[in-house]
Amino acid sequence: MFIVEMQSITKRFGDLIANDHVNFQLRKGEVHALLGENGAGKTTLMRILYGLYHPDSGVIKVKDQPVVIHSPKDAIQLGIGMVTQHFALVPPLTVAENVVLGYQNSFVLNQTQIEESVAEAARRFGLEINPKAIVRHLSVGQRQRVEILKALYRNAQILILDEPTAVLIPQEVDALFETLNRLKEEGLSVIFISHKLHEVTQITDRVTVLRDGKVVGTVNTADVTQKELAAMMVGRETFGVSRSEANSEKGAQKPMLELINLCANDDKNLPILKNICLTVFEGEILGIAGVGGNGQRELAETICGVRQPTAGNIRVDGQDVTGKTPSELTRAGLGRIPEDRHEGMVVHLTVTDNLVLEHLDEFTRNGVLDHKAIRQYAGELIRKFQIKAKPNDITRTLSGGNMQKVLLARVLARQPKVIIAPQPTRGLDIGATDYVRQQLLEQRQRGAAILLISEDLDEILALSDRIAVIYEGEIVGTLPAAEATPERLGLLMSGAVKEH
Amino acid sequence: MEVFLVNLIAATFRVSTPIVLAAIGETYSERAGILNLGIEGIMYFGAFVGFLVADKSGSLWLGLFIAVLSGIVFGLLMGFFTVTLGVNQHVSGLGITLLLTGLTLFTFRLFYGGRSTPPSIPSFQTLNVLPENPILGPILSQYWLTYVTFLVIVPLAWWVLYRTNFGLKIRSVGENPEAVDAAGISVPAVRYATLAIGGGLMAAGGAFLSLFQLGAFTHGIISGRGWVAIAIVIFGNWHPVRVMLGGLIFGGTFALQLRLQAMGLQLPVPYETFLALPYVVTIIALVIAGRNASYPAALLKPYRRE
Repeated sequence: MFIVEMQSITKRFGDLIANDHVNFQLRKGEVHALLGENGAGKTTLMRILYGLYHPDSGVIKVKDQPVVIHSPKDAIQLGIGMVTQHFALVPPLTVAENVVLGYQNSFVLNQTQIEESVAEAARRFGLEINPKAIVRHLSVGQRQRVEILKALYRNAQILILDEPTAVLIPQEVDALFETLNRLKEEGLSVIFISHKLHEVTQITDRVTVLRDGKVVGTVNTADVTQKELAAMMVGRETFGVSRSEANSEKGAQKPMLELINLCANDDKNLPILKNICLTVFEGEILGIAGVGGNGQRELAETICGVRQPTAGNIRVDGQDVTGKTPSELTRAGLGRIPEDRHEGMVVHLTVTDNLVLEHLDEFTRNGVLDHKAIRQYAGELIRKFQIKAKPNDITRTLSGGNMQKVLLARVLARQPKVIIAPQPTRGLDIGATDYVRQQLLEQRQRGAAILLISEDLDEILALSDRIAVIYEGEIVGTLPAAEATPERLGLLMSGAVKEH
Repeated sequence: MEVFLVNLIAATFRVSTPIVLAAIGETYSERAGILNLGIEGIMYFGAFVGFLVADKSGSLWLGLFIAVLSGIVFGLLMGFFTVTLGVNQHVSGLGITLLLTGLTLFTFRLFYGGRSTPPSIPSFQTLNVLPENPILGPILSQYWLTYVTFLVIVPLAWWVLYRTNFGLKIRSVGENPEAVDAAGISVPAVRYATLAIGGGLMAAGGAFLSLFQLGAFTHGIISGRGWVAIAIVIFGNWHPVRVMLGGLIFGGTFALQLRLQAMGLQLPVPYETFLALPYVVTIIALVIAGRNASYPAALLKPYRRE
């Protein structure tokens, strides 16, 4: 018996078909994965089920009854709960207030009463959490627990989890899976949106694979291997990049980027980076792992001269560059792939304009831009970096992957000695991700020193020669890649231990 | 000195009333994420339409009622622009203020022509509580709307925001509308509701000036009180009681400068310096308090589901 049946669901956004006649069936008491690359239509399908989008065509049945879900309110009434990727919580409110939000009908809000009832529900579902705690003060794992509790408090029998592990450290993932297994025993049906194969094979009973908005197939998890799932997901046998061993046999390596006791403040003028000491050698990728918000953004900004350090020094190729402006740093051999693609370029300008934006002085003759030279240079880069765009296309119209290629081309064409890459593949699909990673590895081969800052542990493990873990603005440990296991990194990322 | 202080305190409450009314109204809508810069215009139109109706019908009560009604209508218009159409809040708010300023002056001319002395009507009278008491007598001699503002509207705003489910929804919409939407609550409904409440209170603030304090309508009747209210909401950190305190500080300074002017002190500064005093104090208070202001996170952001 199916508790949810979605039949031939189609949803268009303009020209894009996000869901193309998708069929999806959820059994009662199973954990069912929706697997697919970014943009495959997983989230769209679930937003339709939760009433956030309306399908252009198709039928939804819940418990064998055809239903029309106009809004989340209808979904909640049908027993559907959804935990979105960006938590739908209100940070300044308490846990109890967040849980009852929109579910209480009485006009007066009785704080003691809601706190008691939320505490009671937390005990019943085994989701220990203090109902009086302010959500802002909770860890990401705890917030997720509040979200799950919120859904269950509304008597959800069907729980949708959108990429629930993306923000968790490995230990929190284990705790989440334990909770899900227990709730499954009690009859909860779970839809688990993910693109991480090992998690899908670990926790789910069945998998529905989506590609380009279409269902590739639904299989029993026990009957398939990760490799087969990967092939279904991307439509080809293998994917991923392979890293050659470090080219370190040349003896003593040359330090290219040195951070010496670097300190900096955040936007609220509170210390965010505390005595950071790191060295990145020639031909090396140093990965910075950590849960988001532990100073990664500020670290990249400080090295790139966007944020001024309050103490300490930065050296590029032995030369002290502390306090230099971004353009002076570019000349000193520093290349930065901006964290936010939209921040790194002027999206209303053409691809050509963006490609030369950082070096306009070199294409200027007597104060006038040399358009012939610019066109030639841009054409070369477009070919070399396989950017799928015409030189005069407006950058805004490019896909995320192609935008990232424009940025990469602009930075890498300068052959920088040091490359700062914060979150270089965030939001990219597998193809584009592979491309970016391949480019970084090629730069490493060329001898560049690369500082890779990423919240994606798989990315860090796949690319880095050495891995440093940042926690609350401190480097709490540095390991050679060979010794780094997800468990060991997870402990460091949680701040539980320090290794020096 | 004693008489001076007693009168100063009495005047403080009187002068603060319209500001506090408007600022509490603004607090409602900003807590839900909408900066209503139509405040100045809504106060202006409220002051005028209240006066017009009272003058033509002879009923101050009817005037006040229609004024509040106009505020609700223009609050909802602000909602139509910012919530339904998703227009930039600054543009919509300033647009409404420009529209209402023009409409007021135009309508004024239609009814009263180009006369140089403002028309006047008998206004609401103050309540005389304890008329014999030399200290409390003058302080408690206030208009009923002042009593209602400080004893009902401010505490009620606190209670609604922090002790009701409606208030929980308002606070949540202003912080994270996605969360509210996902919880099955209509974000537009909450925002429209706060804009209507807010507009009504702003217009009541305007009408207080024409129907209570002055019994007349002049072109400069609001003279920036709406903008001051916006500053006071920030000063008050979007908390009704602190907003009220902010209103009292402004009112107190305003009342003080009036008295300083009236004393005719021979000072080497022009009298405009005194006139500017309350606004200067507001700016200073804002600079000090504004640094730690915790803006509602969704303020100014239109909410669109897709």
